[in-house]
Amino acid sequence: MGHILVKDVRKEYVERRGARRRMNSDPDLRSGNHLPVLDGIDLEFANGELVCILGPSGCGKTTLARVIAGFDRPTSGTVLIDGEKVKGPSSEHIFVFQHSGLFPWMTVWENVRLGARHMKEKEEMAAKVQEHLDVVNLTGYEHLYPHQLSGGMQRRAELARALVADPEVLFMDEPFAGLDFLTRLKMREEIINMHELIQKTIVFITHDIDEALVMGDRVVVFTERPAKVRLDLKLEFPHPRDFHSYDELERLRRDVYTELGVHYAL
Amino acid sequence: MACRNAELVSLKICQAPMNYTRLRPYLLPVLSFAAVVAVWGIARRLSGWSPTVFPGPLDAAVGMWELIRDGSLLKHSVASLFRVTAGYYLAVAIGTPLGIVLGWWKTGQLLTNGLIQFLRPISPLAWIPLAMLWFGIGDKPAIFLIFLSSFFPLLVSTIYSVNHIRTVYFQVAANFNFTPFETITRVIFPAILPDILPALRISLGIAWLVVVAAEMIAVKSGLGYLILDSRNALRMDYVMDAMIAIGVIGICLDRVIVQLNRIKSVAWGRT
Ligand SMILES: Nc1ncnc2c1ncn2[C@@H]1O[C@H](COP(=O)(O)OP(=O)(O)OP(=O)(O)O)[C@@H](O)[C@H]1O
Ligand SMILES: [Mg+2]
Repeated sequence: MGHILVKDVRKEYVERRGARRRMNSDPDLRSGNHLPVLDGIDLEFANGELVCILGPSGCGKTTLARVIAGFDRPTSGTVLIDGEKVKGPSSEHIFVFQHSGLFPWMTVWENVRLGARHMKEKEEMAAKVQEHLDVVNLTGYEHLYPHQLSGGMQRRAELARALVADPEVLFMDEPFAGLDFLTRLKMREEIINMHELIQKTIVFITHDIDEALVMGDRVVVFTERPAKVRLDLKLEFPHPRDFHSYDELERLRRDVYTELGVHYAL
Repeated sequence: MACRNAELVSLKICQAPMNYTRLRPYLLPVLSFAAVVAVWGIARRLSGWSPTVFPGPLDAAVGMWELIRDGSLLKHSVASLFRVTAGYYLAVAIGTPLGIVLGWWKTGQLLTNGLIQFLRPISPLAWIPLAMLWFGIGDKPAIFLIFLSSFFPLLVSTIYSVNHIRTVYFQVAANFNFTPFETITRVIFPAILPDILPALRISLGIAWLVVVAAEMIAVKSGLGYLILDSRNALRMDYVMDAMIAIGVIGICLDRVIVQLNRIKSVAWGRT
């Protein structure tokens, strides 16, 4: 399970405070009280798909993911997960946040254990937590607090916490932001492997076009705010992918770069 | 003295600087206290006033010994500590939960904010007449005043810290199906702890300040009463001894709160 249907979703933020509006030089904010962010989004993700979402900064990627995950209500339109209307946040759709969502007052172990809260058996729970810490290579760091970990380790701990919950859908909002190049490549690989293993739907937001093309079963590209769907591509290349082996992929890459206004994909 | 010679390294002289760095945190405060006592002694001599008006360190020490020996210092200190503890705990027990509720519940916050800001600048001492009228004579009015003095700083800083918790933490709580009770105990409370520790520290200091004033009005015990009583008996050495006791106990109380900072799950707030 984990089929997602987004039907004509619109989202507007309403600015109530005049002072804040004046300070903002954005013409959309100055001209009126309403800031349209999502402008009629129609999307359908199959069960178990790894969907990569691309788009210019500030276009509304996070907003859409928050709407699908139930943290925010759309202004109009509906979101169905497995045929049911999303009513609010739940442990069936776990969100890995753009800026760390680990609780800094809990150790790595206590944080990851939150994902296994529903389990009754203490030992079973401990085994499951340990198993997922092993998966993300954090064995031996269980009793440290998040601020004692590196940025990459924090991301991995948050990932482990999400995976333990065994959600139907996993949202990842730029989970690699702030990681160095090599760690990023490794995490990319880990997520692809993990996805092949668990076959859950993953909604993965990124800025990196190559990353999206290398990872995704589907790549969705948004326009500038207010966001519309500009491209919705299904990629059926096996992993591991690289641009030299698949001419078709290389061509897509050029297309996406052009669509986003960059004419020379370096 | 520099140690250029290798043989000298093993000598005590060369270890002295190391010992010194280790003792420094204790040595320097002692030094400043000693300096103040010295200045006090010299000032007393130069003033030419009689010891009844301006007791010197020696007079104070003798007086202190008398107060310790007849047990009155202990009795008065315990009485003051009891009132501070009762009033302060009451303020913590009511102010922190109320602050959490008001920080979370925006309507309640709008409703009470004006009222809180209105009551806050009224000095606890201004309540003395009413406190005596309502609670009579004894511990109760003093505890009430101490409660007032630490309640508002605690309440205001708790509300402020709850307002400034990252929204992501609430979303994570919702994501993992936290109940409202769990959200309070496992998210809000630990999230504000690093912020309210300084407030706990400051308000305990204020409570200790206020106890002396409170004890000058309606009770027959406590360090504040000791000061008042000694003044009436023209024993300025006892007045100074009570002041010294207040300072010493103040340091100890502060140390106790600072220890709370060592809790591991609070350390993240310091980075
Ligand atoms: N709570 C809010 N209130 C008002 N405006 C908001 C709010 N959240 C987001 N916005 C606005 O909505 C727009 C889209 O924000 P969003 O976070 O979805 O962008 P994004 O595509 O995720 O950007 P980035 O790639 O930089 O993370 C932005 O212009 C932002 O200013
Ligand atoms: Mg974003």
